[in-house]
Amino acid sequence: MGNSRRSFLKVAGITALGIGTKPVLDVFAASGGHGAEPKPEVSQNEEALTAKRWGMVIDTRKFHSAEDLDPIIEACHKIHNVPELTEPRHKVMWLWGDEYKHVFTHREHELINDRIKHLPFLVLCNHCEKPACVRACPTKATFKRDDGIVLMDFHRCIGCRFCMAACPYGSRSFNFRDPRPFIKEENKEFPTRMKGVVEKCNFCAERLAVGKMPACVEASNGAITVGDLDDSESEVRELLRTNYTIRRKPDLGAGPSVYYIV
Amino acid sequence: MYDKNKIVTGLVIFVAIVTFPFWYNLGKAIPAPEPKLSEKAKAAKECVVPKADMKSEHMQILDLWRDTVVRDANRAYKTGKGKTFNMSLSTGEDSCTGCHDNKAEFCDKCHNYASVDPYCWDCHIAPKEKKPEENK
Repeated sequence: MGNSRRSFLKVAGITALGIGTKPVLDVFAASGGHGAEPKPEVSQNEEALTAKRWGMVIDTRKFHSAEDLDPIIEACHKIHNVPELTEPRHKVMWLWGDEYKHVFTHREHELINDRIKHLPFLVLCNHCEKPACVRACPTKATFKRDDGIVLMDFHRCIGCRFCMAACPYGSRSFNFRDPRPFIKEENKEFPTRMKGVVEKCNFCAERLAVGKMPACVEASNGAITVGDLDDSESEVRELLRTNYTIRRKPDLGAGPSVYYIV
Repeated sequence: MYDKNKIVTGLVIFVAIVTFPFWYNLGKAIPAPEPKLSEKAKAAKECVVPKADMKSEHMQILDLWRDTVVRDANRAYKTGKGKTFNMSLSTGEDSCTGCHDNKAEFCDKCHNYASVDPYCWDCHIAPKEKKPEENK
């Protein structure tokens, strides 16, 4: 009896070992076996425009009235599917015009010259060096890219609007309503937004990625220039060197990257 | 046993009601739908990854892609075979819907069957549906 149990256990053990090794060998065979095809790669587009720190210079001397700004604003809003809402509290704006006293609040005084007083200034997200909106965002939906562009990931935005409270420039708009019905002509190349997310200027990141200049630059007939602020040879640096420029609320320390020649 | 007849009748009725969904739907199972490829997708033959992986992992791929595009600004995807795709759901000819331009036949068929309701189309603009005769 003792003998037969012993032999039974032997056979059972060897069988179990035999059954157990096959799946293990299969795994080894599968992991090392297919080396023929290289792994897929992910990269930037070859034609993409890049910079260390993107910046913008707006030459306000080339604008005279609100009509001069309209085609630029329209170009921006059209390609980004920005809805046209008439209710002022619901308005969504990426790029718009405003008066000197509202734009440069710390510089305004009552005796300022007439040209400046009535001149509309183009305003947009300043793509700050130290963006307050990024610090305020609880979901990291807003973030600063390595090249200085402050972007939004609309997928992650929960619509808390902390960023809107944090932004000292009022550059952000909230979709209080579904924007789709208010978009006159949908641009199929760019998504719309949905109700309950915040949106703002994205420095045309999607255009830079395919080698195109931002839409406002193209529509401005040379009044708006963008380029690399860290490259001393760039066009924006040349403009900053040769002209007197101001920024919006620099004393707040956010480090706006949009400069105005006045 | 008291009231045997009443109890047995009651039990029979109870079992009949409880099992009603099972025998009512017996043999009526809807077959799993097959997504229909557009002519363009058929002509292209290959997708970003093999078909079986695409079937099981397209949601993870899309999720990874959107982070890669939005966060890292990497928009070009080169497959192992050397073909390059634009990492986008709805922008341009070499994006997902640039090739699979029949949302109802391709996306919705399975999504409706599996009762999943992805929110892609809340923002992304779906490709324009062609009339059936144009598709053929």
